[in-house]
Amino acid sequence: MSPRHALIALAGITRRESARLLRQHGRLAAAIVRPLVWLGLFAAGFRAVLGLSIIPPYETYILYEVYIVPGLCAMMLLFHGLQSSLAMVYDRETGSMRVLLTAPLPRWWLLTARLIANTLAAIPLVLLFLLVARLWDVRPPWLGYLAVVPALALAGLMLGAFGLALSSLVRQLENFAGVMNFVIFPAFFASTALYPLWRLEEVSPPLALAARLNPFTHAVELVRFALYLRFEPLAFAVCLAALAGFLALAILGYDPGRGFWVRRGAP
Amino acid sequence: MAVEGLSHSFGPRPALDGVAFRIAPGSFTILLGPNGAGKTTLVSLATGLYAARSGEVRIFGHPLRREPLAGLARLGVVFQAPTLDLDLTVAENLAYHGALHGLSRRAALERAREELDRLGILERLPDRARCLSGGLRRRVEIARALLSRPGLLLVDEGTAGLDVAARRALLDHVRSLCRDRGLAVLWATHLLDEVEPGDPLLVLHEGRIRFDGAAGNLAAGASLRDAFLGLTGDAL
Repeated sequence: MSPRHALIALAGITRRESARLLRQHGRLAAAIVRPLVWLGLFAAGFRAVLGLSIIPPYETYILYEVYIVPGLCAMMLLFHGLQSSLAMVYDRETGSMRVLLTAPLPRWWLLTARLIANTLAAIPLVLLFLLVARLWDVRPPWLGYLAVVPALALAGLMLGAFGLALSSLVRQLENFAGVMNFVIFPAFFASTALYPLWRLEEVSPPLALAARLNPFTHAVELVRFALYLRFEPLAFAVCLAALAGFLALAILGYDPGRGFWVRRGAP
Repeated sequence: MAVEGLSHSFGPRPALDGVAFRIAPGSFTILLGPNGAGKTTLVSLATGLYAARSGEVRIFGHPLRREPLAGLARLGVVFQAPTLDLDLTVAENLAYHGALHGLSRRAALERAREELDRLGILERLPDRARCLSGGLRRRVEIARALLSRPGLLLVDEGTAGLDVAARRALLDHVRSLCRDRGLAVLWATHLLDEVEPGDPLLVLHEGRIRFDGAAGNLAAGASLRDAFLGLTGDAL
């Protein structure tokens, strides 16, 4: 594989994924409206119930809206990652996956390129949401919008790789839609997206432990700290390790000698 | 292309059993077999979609198991199931495929224009794939498979679902590519009337090659249909 060929393929895959996303108006609208509904309705209800103490990276008492915005950013990335993987399953069912997998490039690169392409498509949506969130007085420093981009990229890659690994295990489209529900809600609720860890520890130590072990928590914290110009080394390390693990699983799952294709038979 | 001792099974069900044949450069070879004979499995193994349990596929001397990228770089494929992205335009579909084969957007579109022009559908370049008829989609898929200038083209049931005129046009086009460009073609089909007496012919039935030679030799005195039915029972 020449580097030039690899980059041309990455650019081609990115163009395709972006073009597809831009034409799915419903998906685009839902991607923005979904976190806004959480912010507008859920946060308004919960701010009265949940008191927040001063916790890093925040330096003062904050509104509940401010607290949940990084979690909603990570939720957008998780949804996007899983929907992109759903598209992988759809591509596999309809046959267009074969065009990708018979390209003269190593399969690990084809999968990685697709992962990168999907993550790149998600980042502008999250930034747009962050800008709209200013209407709810969620106003991180302007530099934070820049600093958050690499955090969104790493978190997006990790969550996308998780979806990719999942899609290599699930045989049918219908099953994947069901699996998404079983994944999104536990990942979201057993994390620090909606409530800080100390709150969880007060209420349920096992839930707090689950949240500590949940890679989604670390995606949320990576984004939260980056947005306020702070680097969180533990979250960074966990996201990186989880990305490596999920991507390795996905590559194994799509391996021509042992993965899905062999089990399933003639596609 | 050389296939040697190729066997594969899905669970206990054997799909291919000791398949061996060669395709000469520039030849139009027909792989004829009834539905379920193992044609699609053979195409999937020959394109590296999954690895065979045993045996070997070599493409221009490159064993697919050890040198898959060199082999795939010389290969164009039209799969049985339509694989165009219906939400993208013809140009976008072709540019995407070109990128996967290392062609810049400009180079891919230049070649795309040439191929579409040859197929008489250049004006469809900006159209969404969804707006094209089945026959046109197939022609675009042929053009797409040729973008990387392969030496070998695999076509799996390329005329499935097309009307008689579209089938004839597609077949004539691919045959002309063999003559004009020296392209080798493996044309997998279950349709007897796509075979001409001079074609190299492989008959595949229940995962095994039942005949390998010129189509005219198989018929020898009898009609092609009777000869095929003799090989495959009444499956055809």
